[in-house]
Amino acid sequence: MAAPAISLPPARLPGRPALRLGPFSIVWRPRVFLFGLLGLAVLVLGVALNVGIGEVQISVPDVLVTLFGGGDPGQRFIVMGLRLPRSLTGALVGAALAASGAITQAIARNPLASPDVIGFTAGASAAAVFVIVAGSGFGAVGFTASAVGLPIAALVGGLISALSIYGLAWRKGVQGFRLVLVGIGINAMLIAIVQWLLVVAQVTDAARAYTWINGSLNGRGWEHVVPVGVALVLLVPAALVLAHVLGALQLSDDSARGLGIRVDKERTLLLLTAVGLCSVATASAGPLAFVALVAPQIAQRAVGASRPPITVSLIFGAALTVVADLLARTAFGTELPVGIVTAVLGAPYLLYLIARHGRKVRA
Amino acid sequence: MTLHTTVRLDKPGQGAVRLRAEGVRLSYGDRLVVDGLDLDVVEGTVTAVIGPNGCGKSTVLRALARLMRPSGGHVLLDGKRIESVPTKEVAKVLGLLPQAPTAPEGLTVADLVARGRHPHQAWYRQWSADDEGAVAQALEWTGIADLADRPVDELSGGQRQRAWISMALAQGTDLLLLDEPTTYLDLAHQVEVLELVTQLNSEFGRTVVMVLHDLNLAARYADRLVTMKDGQIVAHGAPGDVMTESMLAEVFGLAARVIADPVAGTPLVVPIGSRVG
Repeated sequence: MAAPAISLPPARLPGRPALRLGPFSIVWRPRVFLFGLLGLAVLVLGVALNVGIGEVQISVPDVLVTLFGGGDPGQRFIVMGLRLPRSLTGALVGAALAASGAITQAIARNPLASPDVIGFTAGASAAAVFVIVAGSGFGAVGFTASAVGLPIAALVGGLISALSIYGLAWRKGVQGFRLVLVGIGINAMLIAIVQWLLVVAQVTDAARAYTWINGSLNGRGWEHVVPVGVALVLLVPAALVLAHVLGALQLSDDSARGLGIRVDKERTLLLLTAVGLCSVATASAGPLAFVALVAPQIAQRAVGASRPPITVSLIFGAALTVVADLLARTAFGTELPVGIVTAVLGAPYLLYLIARHGRKVRA
Repeated sequence: MTLHTTVRLDKPGQGAVRLRAEGVRLSYGDRLVVDGLDLDVVEGTVTAVIGPNGCGKSTVLRALARLMRPSGGHVLLDGKRIESVPTKEVAKVLGLLPQAPTAPEGLTVADLVARGRHPHQAWYRQWSADDEGAVAQALEWTGIADLADRPVDELSGGQRQRAWISMALAQGTDLLLLDEPTTYLDLAHQVEVLELVTQLNSEFGRTVVMVLHDLNLAARYADRLVTMKDGQIVAHGAPGDVMTESMLAEVFGLAARVIADPVAGTPLVVPIGSRVG
């Protein structure tokens, strides 16, 4: 019996050649593959540059050799022990945020419906800042809670805010624009809560929390890599399986129901996945502004799709964050929190999206 | 029942009731829209639902398509309560074109029509040879194969509606529910879409229920007319029996003459109005 082979028959339908292997089949989209590879190349180069820069300069080839198991012990210690965890945290956090944004934007059929605009990451932030601030207030117990519990607290905070927003936006189903408006409102409230916590906190805690809420990768170690890594390993495959309904869900709730989708169930599952990704990412590096908004939109335009593609989005998110961190460390004389760079890069893009949306509504 | 068998085991014969509404009551919140509605949709027919604005005709179609759950009574699909059949199995038998559907910016015609294959797919099986064949055929039937790689938002109104009907055809269902498929189209495109519906019915055996606004086109293109007023069915039958001057006065409050359409012989509504020479 012949082994099943990957077949690429001549396209009967323009733009939809098939990639089939046994029971598996997908549409072969060359641009997804190409931009995925391109994003990975930028990511690896960005990580290598980022890891090489510091008090001891290490060249990119040396970094790459060390990453793949070579190099002398001194370099190995600097690369693997000190600098790689920081870059890796950045890459994984960016990936998780972008994947989360790709999901929420597709569910709401609105690019503004990103976890950093509609209050999901703000919910995670508020909970995390509370833990940081409460940490020293409750002595040793509190301090342990802040070291171990930050990802959990952020997750709980993200879930509570997401469910509140979803609940408030609910009118026999969720319409994207209402989700955005309610989310922006809740987002503002949560930011106010964070500000209040900073005011009432002790000065040292407030300073720590303040760096954190700007989105910082400074001093990130393997203990920050692990939670995001675990979240990605668990939630990205889940998202890719669940994302199968996004194409139909994108049309309208009625069309999707007509195509046999249990809209509310699928949307809730996708939303929970997105909240998990962005909350754990936020716990590790603070609410990195605009990565979740921008990366999926750039990815969507790059591959020419009608909704953000999850895999390319997460690669772009990782690359964007690592490059932003590189800029934050090198371009301004003094080292800035990476979140300030992503905000400076992302804010104009948000304005552009809002202006464009306004034009479409009028048209 | 097992999950993987299709709902219908045998091909129902001519005259079989495919969809039935039994004492269906429909409401939006506290507002009762339809009360105690009975309706049979017979295999192989084209049924048009007509009635004045707000009479509940689109609501009835939504209930027949299981988009809305009746607060009383039942909708039966091939004799089974529709809510008891897994929704994905229903989607293999019953296709739906919602009113004024919108496609996301940049979506191509082929990608839109391929969405119709969703009930036959899984996360690991997203573009099988069957899918490809069904989409190619649906594009062929609706005469838009040469538009396959064009974005839907760049098409004319008539072409766009063909693309959406094509999606419902790719779904491979023999029941089609169309909610005002001719809305926003000029007369030539309305006729074009309804000719396509006729062809789907006569050549490909599709059973069609559609909500229509234009009484003359409804009388021309439907085998059965269902006339609704205030959430009730007022008249139900062949166009020649239903489309009468007294019905128009009662249901639409319209003073009109009904004459024989000089082309097809079906009833033709001529409003009387005041501007008569």
